[in-house]
Order: sequence, then structure tokens, then C-alpha cells
Amino acid sequence: MGRQLLFEHINTPGIRGLEGYRANGGYRSVEKALRTMSPEAVVEEVKASGLRGRGGAGFPTGMKWSFLAKPPGVPRYLVVNADESEPGTFKDRYLMERIPHLMIEGMITSSFALGANTSYIYIRGEYFYVARILEQAIAEARAAGWLGRNILGSGFDHEIHVQVGAGAYICGEETALLESLEGKRGNPRIKPPFPAVKGLYGCPTVVNNVETIAAVVPIVNDGGAEYAKIGVGRSTGTKLISAGGNIKRPGVYEIELGLSCDEFINSDEYCGGVDGRAFKAVVPGGSSVPIVPYELFLRTAAGEPRLMSYESLADGGFVSGTMLGSGGFYAYNDAQCIVRSTWNHTRFYHHESCGQCSPCREGTGWMEKVLERLEHGEGRTEDIDLLWDIQRKIEGNTICPLGDAAAWPVASAIRHFREEFEYHVRFPQKVKDPKHFAKEPFVRNANFATA
Amino acid sequence: MSARTRPITTTEGTRPFAFSEAALAECRALMARYPEGRSKSALIPILHIAQAENDGWLSVNAMDAVAGVLGLQRIEVYEVASFYSMFNLHPVGTYVLDVCRTTPCMLRGSDDLIAHLERKLGVHCGGTTADGMFTLKGVECLGSCGTAPMLQCGAHYHEDLTIERADALIDELRARNSRTNYTDR
Repeated sequence: MGRQLLFEHINTPGIRGLEGYRANGGYRSVEKALRTMSPEAVVEEVKASGLRGRGGAGFPTGMKWSFLAKPPGVPRYLVVNADESEPGTFKDRYLMERIPHLMIEGMITSSFALGANTSYIYIRGEYFYVARILEQAIAEARAAGWLGRNILGSGFDHEIHVQVGAGAYICGEETALLESLEGKRGNPRIKPPFPAVKGLYGCPTVVNNVETIAAVVPIVNDGGAEYAKIGVGRSTGTKLISAGGNIKRPGVYEIELGLSCDEFINSDEYCGGVDGRAFKAVVPGGSSVPIVPYELFLRTAAGEPRLMSYESLADGGFVSGTMLGSGGFYAYNDAQCIVRSTWNHTRFYHHESCGQCSPCREGTGWMEKVLERLEHGEGRTEDIDLLWDIQRKIEGNTICPLGDAAAWPVASAIRHFREEFEYHVRFPQKVKDPKHFAKEPFVRNANFATA
Repeated sequence: MSARTRPITTTEGTRPFAFSEAALAECRALMARYPEGRSKSALIPILHIAQAENDGWLSVNAMDAVAGVLGLQRIEVYEVASFYSMFNLHPVGTYVLDVCRTTPCMLRGSDDLIAHLERKLGVHCGGTTADGMFTLKGVECLGSCGTAPMLQCGAHYHEDLTIERADALIDELRARNSRTNYTDR
């Protein structure tokens, strides 16, 4: 087991309440920052840590903070993105539910660094019960003087509010989130201006993921340099991985970045290997990242062992690599059908497209229809090229990254599993049963010869 | 056609709506959380309250009452209510079963769970049982992929479901026969 920075006390009895949290070293980062550091010094520590946004984009957090505009007399905001909706991702829920004060502590320390006197937690509406847990923790923190006016006699005031959404994946995109927080439809804004200049209510705003903000706590406690010692290259620190799919031990794991992919998926400390006969494919970073065959998850195209890091997972680009994304990891066994899974992915993106940009609004629907008929044995050979064509015309042609996110799962499925799509066209009767590969797994080429 | 542009119901099941005193007080407290002139930010939380006070769905009358509380044009409320999938724009059953059907749940058997519930309840996803007890909804990723398959009913997540556990849940809910809402504490 690697170092546990966020989960060290996750199973400690009473850690959900303020008393238990404080007894285990909680709120030290607030004391340290407000009593001994300047806001700029906190930003410098975060820069030195190499921390990158844990929501999926992996943008350096310290740099994002340093872009925050500071016009005099204009309020600045911190907004925590707890809209966790990327399929495969459930780490933020786990963290907020079990150790809510960790994120609240991170918010106070971060807001001090940013000069924000008000922050909001935007949490997806389905997590209403988690919002209640957070509200209770905030009330505890306020009663104990960690929130409110003149915290620790430092002159710094801070209030945190919890805002619930109402079911919309797109609100995880930071500008859609801000629109939603302003009481509007979650349509992403055109950037620039970026939220750092014009964010919530037109004011400078930093939007950070739950895990990112939680990581600020150990960074301030132990120093950015200490944090940067963990990991590999530009992938520093630890990362929460939500592990699901056909593995023996689903759950949330805190890993040191740079852990070998083989160890992560097969060791009993983490996923525990395959639940079923054999692994077939892996989506390591949430549904938006390319799906890769199991072998390419373990090793790069050059035969190097692959690591759980931003760089190693992306090695080979989209030809043979994928992405760490949000750490929403799910694995497929050989009973699963890639065409069915791609249809499912695409239905999701069609349902979640906000409808602003035609390529995404229409293209996701077209892809869903084509994939549905392929999966049901009603497809044509040219459908595979048609799918390729549609996804290419979505990618890069939309205001926000949802278009790319809808295109990549389709492109990677065709790239790596084209024979499986062809099989659906050539043997329509065999795929009528929705569990067509459960009894007889698809074997590349072999089925073509014998079917 | 975007799934984010759903028609609102102007006739079916529409009846007068008024917030309770407790709900109105909650609405005012919510509106006070935002800076001066920004109370529209409370729209989504207040729509949740209205839905809970209107048997689990948003009628035109309920949405108009929300517009009244916030001092908004009615269209500002309709366009938001029709965007977010947790807002029901038609009457629903006593219980709304939100069954997650997205890929990670699919890998762990959500197709079988949904097929079973459709058979057991005699409705397709989106439908309500004839006795008005259950509305079955297929929904997208609920962030419960490690404990799949699962469904949400009101504020509660029911995880690691098997066919047997889903059956037991249905029986238990039917016996209890009292509405659950997302806003339940």
C-alpha cells in the first residue's frame, strides 16, 4: 500500500464528525496558513507540489490559481465542483460522505490563498444525502470558529454554502456549473473569458474538483516539496481511483501516481484481478477517455510496462494510449460486448448533450441510432465508417469538451475492436441474444473462420 | 432534438399549488445565501422543494409559484425545470425508482435488473404502474459504479442489488406506501 494522504483516517471511527476529525490532526492546515503564511505563500506551496486538477483535465492547480484576477473591490469566489457525473467515477462521493471535514478544511485554506470570502460547493442533485452531511459538517465548523468572521483572529472571514444541482452531467464542465449555480440551464460558456477573470456573477472565480481541494490540506501541512516527492515525473502525489466493472474488489483506492497498471488491476491490494474468465478491455479514466484492450492497458505499444500516471496512460496518443482522466476506472471481462458498451456510452452522451452545438446535439443522437442497430444485428458494413465519420465531425467542433468526450469512446472502440463491429454485421442472428458473448466470447479472427 | 428540451405538462393532473409556510421559510433562507440581486441562484434548490410539495412532479402551477417567490418571469423557471432530469414534468407514482443504466452499471448487470423490474411492475422505463405506486426511470450514472447495479429512490441509494434484493425492496416500499422525495432528511 502506498502513502495515504487523503484516506489515512478514512476508516477511523468518528472521523465524520468535527471532534474525531480534529483529534486526528484536522484543521492544522488552516492554523498553519492563517497564522504563519501569506496567501501568496500558500499558492507557492501548491505550485511547488505539482498538484494537477483531479476532476479529469489534469491542469496544474497552482497555475490555475495564479491566473485569478484581483481587481480591487470585486469579490472573488472559490467553487468546488462536486458534480461528479463522469461514468465510472464515485471517489468524491466517497470522500465527502466519509470525511467531509477534509474538503471543508481544504476550502478554507484555499479560499485564504485566493482571497475568497465566500465559497460554494456545487454538488449533483442525486447526492442530496451527501449535501446534508456537508451542511452538518459546515455547521459544526462554523460553531467551532473555523468559519465565520475573523477566523483564528486572522482577520480572514469565510462562509461556505452547499448548492445542489438537479441531474445534468454537463454541469461538471466548469462554465456550465457556474451557469447552473446562477439559476440557469447548464449551457457551457464560450471561453475566453475564463472563470479566473469572469466567473460566478461575473467575478473572478476558481473552480476546483473535490479531490483537488482536499489535496491542498496535506500540501500545506507537509509542504509542496514533500508532496512532489510522491509520484513520477509531472504526475505528483496521490490519486483516488474509483474502481468498478468486472473486477473482484470494486471500491475507491488512493494510489501513489506511478503505480504499475498490472499491480493495480491484478493485485489483491487493489482490484484483485478479473471477475469472470479473462479481462478484455479497460477504461481507466471515466467514460470519456479512450477504451483500450487489456494488453495495451498493461503495456505500451513499445512494450514498456504502463503506469497509473497522466503521462504513461497517454503514451502512444490516441493510437495506442488512453488517459488518466478522473480516475473512473472500469474493466471489462470477455463476456462483454464492445458494440453494446459503445452504444450505451453514446446513449449517455446524447442524453447529456446540452443541445447548444449542432455537431454534438445531432451527432450523438445519430451515433446512438447507428450503434443501436449494429448491436441488434440490423447494421450495415458502411455503418462502421459512418460512425467514424460522425465522431470525427463532432471532435473539436463544439463549445465545450462534451463533444470530444462523446467522440473518443466511439473512435477508440472502432480503432481497437473493429472486428467485433464487423462481426455484428456479418452474423446478425448471433447477436440477437443480448448476451451473445457471455456463452461464447468473441475471439479476434477465430470467430470469422468458424462461425 | 435535445433530451434537455422536454415539454412541460399544461393539462394532465394540474391542480392548484401553494407552498406550505415551512417551505416558504426555507425558500427565503435559501435566497438569502446569495449576494444582493442574485437570488435567482436559489431557483434549482427551490424547484426541488416545489417538486416535493407537489407529489414528486412540477406542474405549471407549481413552477408559476416558484416564479412568484423568486420574482422571475415564468419562462425562466420553465426553461430550467425542463433542462434538469431530476425534475419530473409529468405526474409520477408514490415512488420513483431511478435505475442507473450507464456503462459501469451495465457491466455489472443493470440490463438484467431493469428487465426484471419492467416485468415485475408491468411497465417500461418512464412508465407508472396502474395503481400509481411506482414510476420506473432509467437514469444515467449515479456515481455508484463500485456498488452496481443500483437504484435511487428519494434521497436513498440502494446499492449492490440482486434480483432478490430488488424484489424485497419493492415489497417493502409497497407495504410502507408513503412518498419519498430527493429532499428527504
